Amino acid sequence: MTVYQISQLVDARGLNCPMPIVKTAQAVRGLAAGDLVEVLATDPGSVRDFAAWARTTGHELVETSVDGGIYRFVVRHK
Amino acid sequence: MDRPLSLVLFSGTDDKLQAAAVLTAGAAAVGRPVHLFLQYWALDAFRADRIGADHGLAPEAGPEGRAAVDRLAGAGQLPWHETLRMAKDIGEVDVQACSLSMDLLHIEQSDLDPLVDGVEGVASFYDSAGDGQVLFI
Repeated sequence: MTVYQISQLVDARGLNCPMPIVKTAQAVRGLAAGDLVEVLATDPGSVRDFAAWARTTGHELVETSVDGGIYRFVVRHK
Repeated sequence: MDRPLSLVLFSGTDDKLQAAAVLTAGAAAVGRPVHLFLQYWALDAFRADRIGADHGLAPEAGPEGRAAVDRLAGAGQLPWHETLRMAKDIGEVDVQACSLSMDLLHIEQSDLDPLVDGVEGVASFYDSAGDGQVLFI
């Protein structure tokens, strides 16, 4: 697992759609270009949602992984 | 991304309002402007004095649907009006009451929750919808 310098952690475990991307959208607001956000989620729909969210907003999804039912996304602020 | 999305909310049951709130919050999260036009029973559900009341479910929910919705709420799912507040916090979400429905229900904007930004008619609704997508819920 790559180790990143994370600026902010969003714990969206247990939250339903669309809260993982809503909370991530809230989190990136206060950050600067290049900052990294780590998101933990349990919603299986979030895999496609984070890919689409990154595509439409222009932020970069640098990692998607799953371990024991926990999805982990690392997003780099555009 | 700035493709606007317009949702006409007609139904006033909690399940349909929750579905609409989820679509709104998702669109706001990806940066799409959203315009909500509140008609009939959906508008009634936005009354300030009972926005948090139980507005029931669509008839097809039945007792099992009721139990499933209650289970999600018990697991921490936000009520639809709180989901809408988050959507307004992160994005460009404009909520307008249908003026005909205001007459129908004998209410004024001061009777409505602050989530509602104003009152408009259909010409104004189509003007803001432009060439964007329109959904009726």
